[in-house]
This record gives sequence, structure tokens and C-alpha cells, in this order.
Amino acid sequence: MEYKISNRLRMGAIIMMVLGLIGVAYGFIDSHGYTEENITEKLAEEHHGHGDSHATEAHGNEHADSGHGEVASHDEEAHGGLTHHEEHALHQIHNRPYAALYVGAFFFFMIALGVLAFYAIQYAAQAGWSPVLFRVMEGITSYVLPGGLIVLAIAFAADSHLFVWLKEGITEVGHENYDKLVAGKSGWLNKTGFFIRGLIFLGGWSLYRHFSRKFSIAQDSADDNRNFKKNFRISAAFLVFYIYTESMMSWDWVMSVDPHWFSTLFGWYVFASMFVSGITVIAMITIYLKSKGLLEFVNDSHIHDLAKFMFGISIFWTYLWFSQFMLIWYSNIPEEVTYFVTRIEHYKLPFFGMLAMNFIFPLLLLMNSDYKRINWFVIMTGIVILCGHYLDVFNWIMPATVVDRWFIGMPEIGAILLFGGLFLFIVFTALGKAPLLAKGNPFMKESEHFHY
Amino acid sequence: MEASKVIHAIYTDDDVLMSAVKKVKAEKHHIEEIYTPFPVHGLDKAMGLAPTRIAITAFMYGCVGLTVAIVMMNFIMIKDWPQDIGGKPSFSYLENMPAFVPIMFELTVFFAAHLMVITFYLRSRMWPFKKAENPDPRTTDDHFLMEIAIHNNESELTSLLKETGAVEINIVDKDEDAH
Repeated sequence: MEYKISNRLRMGAIIMMVLGLIGVAYGFIDSHGYTEENITEKLAEEHHGHGDSHATEAHGNEHADSGHGEVASHDEEAHGGLTHHEEHALHQIHNRPYAALYVGAFFFFMIALGVLAFYAIQYAAQAGWSPVLFRVMEGITSYVLPGGLIVLAIAFAADSHLFVWLKEGITEVGHENYDKLVAGKSGWLNKTGFFIRGLIFLGGWSLYRHFSRKFSIAQDSADDNRNFKKNFRISAAFLVFYIYTESMMSWDWVMSVDPHWFSTLFGWYVFASMFVSGITVIAMITIYLKSKGLLEFVNDSHIHDLAKFMFGISIFWTYLWFSQFMLIWYSNIPEEVTYFVTRIEHYKLPFFGMLAMNFIFPLLLLMNSDYKRINWFVIMTGIVILCGHYLDVFNWIMPATVVDRWFIGMPEIGAILLFGGLFLFIVFTALGKAPLLAKGNPFMKESEHFHY
Repeated sequence: MEASKVIHAIYTDDDVLMSAVKKVKAEKHHIEEIYTPFPVHGLDKAMGLAPTRIAITAFMYGCVGLTVAIVMMNFIMIKDWPQDIGGKPSFSYLENMPAFVPIMFELTVFFAAHLMVITFYLRSRMWPFKKAENPDPRTTDDHFLMEIAIHNNESELTSLLKETGAVEINIVDKDEDAH
């Protein structure tokens, strides 16, 4: 059974990318409008606007006066004629378009990587239910390499806008940016190491993706199971490589935006997030293709199983999230707990909203066995889960880069559209490159007759 | 009470049993009961049994467990004897909530699991000291037994069941008072 990306879908993806690009460009241009010269008045305008709407005239005046006093006293110690507050605000405003771009790029990349892990598990476990879905998974994993390269490229371009440990002089004793903790970690956290590791991770994942796809297609026309056996072996090897590199990737690409803070289960937590988003996307694309009359060998039981995974891994994610949160909250060690203080103080809505979307929604919506077979129900829950995990990535990156100056506006939505369009374009083009049934797989009969 | 006649067909394989059930149902006979040594996947659907409602009770028991945990921890840790552990705010349930989540979770699971098992036993009338209803002890080992009521169609049923691969067919007088 063949699939070709339809013109409508291709046009839609391209339009998304163009609109996204406009949003991203707007974000950069807008943030460049804030410079050292005009930041003082722009902030004052913001402040004034607030005073007007929220306080009485007298209160506003009083506030402005005390604000002025502060500026005067700070002026002497701050360099470049800016107060610390203004300097920070300027940095945050300049960081935002980079951070927004990075969040969007990482979110779509992590979907593809999560699917790759899921796919490898199916092979390593010799699962009998899932081979009918293998071509869908292979389509999604085609985004691993381009998506990963984009994330690395943004990291390279953003430099210290995202990763404060890349700031000049941060490891030099006596420099004004010197930071003892970061200097102590510089054996791992340095620019060369970051990109060499990044390329090794990506290289390993892409190699596995390349060969497993190759063997999977070769198996279609083979008369023995040699290709399948090879796939089994490289999948088991890949999973070992993956679980180490995924963890290190999460320290490098996500956790290091807060270089003082660390959590030992962060790798697992990021893994749970990418795993559940990936499985959700498998379910959504499968249902989409089924609605086009393709994949008629996929039955309700396959959708049921995918929905069970969405349900189960959502709870697994919550378990990890909570394990991390509760220990840090309970022990209340200053250098650890600041991570959550920032989020609860400035990110109340995305932080708790994410919990509702990633835990309570899937828990209640997918608990009933029958609902896991209703396609539109799985799609609706999937949309909530994906939005929730976008917010999850948002909560990883934004507090460290823009602190309280966050908003889901043009730059963020632009990045989602840009990478979402690219993701759809690459994934659906890849789906059209091979038959949708991996017919040579020795478990195909079992998978086609799978019923629950 | 009037004694009724039932037919007992015995099978030695669960796949044969499944196809037999489908054939018997296709002939529009009502299957009273099937005794198996282990749960046979999909048998309930093939027999046309109504779907189980135990999942709904499990959900309700879970909600009860969650409520018990919340009320209990509120009483113990906040109201009755507020405890200061690690300088946490001790007069507010909500602010201490993360510490109670493991207890809330455990009691939810505890209530759901135990009450679900008890419900299952009661609903299946399996209270202590009850005499086994099992008509043939071999169904606890490696045999499967299908029980069909006879309404003046003994020979027809016998030949149908023979065809489906039953290894043994017995006609039994079933005394309703026995349960």
C-alpha cells in the first residue's frame, strides 16, 4: 500500500513554515528594538502602564518616586549607565526569541527521538502487536537527524543567550563574570565538549535509524529473516547507547540552561516526556492515515494499545516529575529549591497547567477502556498531551533565560509553526517513500490478527 | 423444586473450546456456564456475557480511598496535632500537600484493589465455607466444561457438541436446590 504526501498537506506545511518564519523574524526584530539607549524609557513606559491601570494616581506617583530614588542610587555602582534591573531585563528581552526558537525546535525533535526509542523497544522485545505500525514510526523518526541538527545549530547561534555558562570569562578567576560553580563544571560544560558530544549523540541515533530503516525495507523482499535478526541485534545495542546518551543529552541540551542546578533523575524525566509525546504522535498519524482509507490492516486494538501507552506513560511522567519535585521541595536546600521557586513564582499558569494537561486530562479521559478505541477521543486527548508537553519544554528553558518576561506570543507560536510545518513536511514525505505495510516482518501475521 | 437436565460437554483445549462456543452460539443455544482451569481470553465476549462493571466500582473505591487519605492526613497532621517537620508550614493542608501525595496515592490503590477483590467475591457468591459449585474436579486441572440446559433437544445438542470436538458428553440431572 502506497502513500504519497498530498498537495494540500504539503502546501499546508509550507504555509506553516512561512508563517512561522515571519513570527520568528518578528521576534528577533522586536527584541532588537530594545537597546541600551532606550531600555530605561521602555521599562518606565511598561511600569507606568501598570501603575495607571492598577493603582490610584497618588499611589502611582509614590511608586514612581521611589523607583527614581532606586535608579539614582544604583547608577553609581552599575556600569554603562544601566541599573542591574535594566541590564537583566535587556538580557531577558534579547534571550527570548532564541529561547522560543529553541523550545519549538527541541519539542519536535524530542517527538522523533521518543518514537525512535519506542521503535527500538518493539524490535528488541520482538513485539507481535506493533509491526503494522512500523512504517508510521519509521516515517516519524526521519525527523531525528534534521531536527537534532537544527537544535544544535540554534544552540550554536544562541550561545550565551541560552547557556549562561558560555559567557565570556565565566571560568576565569578575577573576571567580572567569574562563577566558581560553573568553573568547577567546565570540564564537562565547555563549548567544544558540548558540540562534540552533541554530534556523537546525533550520529549514533541517526546511524541506528539509517540501518534499521534499511533492514526493515530489505526485509520486505527477503525470503529469510536475516534482516529482521540484524534489526533485533542493532536495536538492542541502540537501546543501551540511547539510554546513556539520552541522559547526557538532557543534561547538555536542557538542564545546563540552569548550570547551578542539577537533578539526578532529569534524564529519565526528559525521556518520559519524549516517550509519551512520541507515542501520542504515532497514534495521531496512524488515525490520520486510517481516516484516508490507508492502513486498513490497523484495527481498533492497535489504537487501544497506543492509547494505553499514552495513558500509562503520562502517569509514568507524572511519577518522575513528582519524584523530582517532592524531594527538592521537602529537603528545601537553597541551591536546589530555587529551581521550583522561580517556576512557582513566575510560571504559575504553565507550571500547574502542564500538570493538569499531562496528568489529570489523560488520567480521566483515557481511563475508560472503551474510550481508548474511539478515534476522535484519542486525537483530542493527544492534542492536550502534546500541548502539555510543549509547556513542559517551555518550563525547562524559559525560566532560566527570560525569567518573568515570558509570554506565548509571536516568537513562540512562530517557532511552533515553523518546526511543526517542517516536521509534517519531512515525516509525511518519508511516509510516502516506502509501502505502509512492512510485509516481510516475521510477526506481521500476528500483528494483523492482533485483538484485545 | 423441579430438577432440570443439563448437558456437560468436556474439552481439552482452549482453542477448541472457543470455536465450540462460537458454533453453539451460532445455533442460538444458551450456554449456562463454562468452567475453565484458567481465564480464557475473549471467552466472555464469545459467550455473549454482559460486560463487567467491576471497573466502575474500582473507580468509585479509588475515589473513596483518596478521600479517606485526604481527611485522615488533614486530621492527623494539620488539625489534631500539627507537626513541624523540616520547617514546613504546618497549619495548611494545601501547602503541605506534596508530602501527603504518596499517602493519597497508596490509599487510593489500597482501597481500589481490596474492595474490588471483595466485591468480586461477593458478586460471584464466593463467601467463606461455601461448597464448590464446580461440577467436575478435572476443570481445575486441564479440562474445560461447557454446561447447556436441555429443553427436549437432547439428541440435537449431543450431536452438535460432538461435532465441535467435545471429548466427553454427559447428561446430568441438576438439582436447583444444590446451590
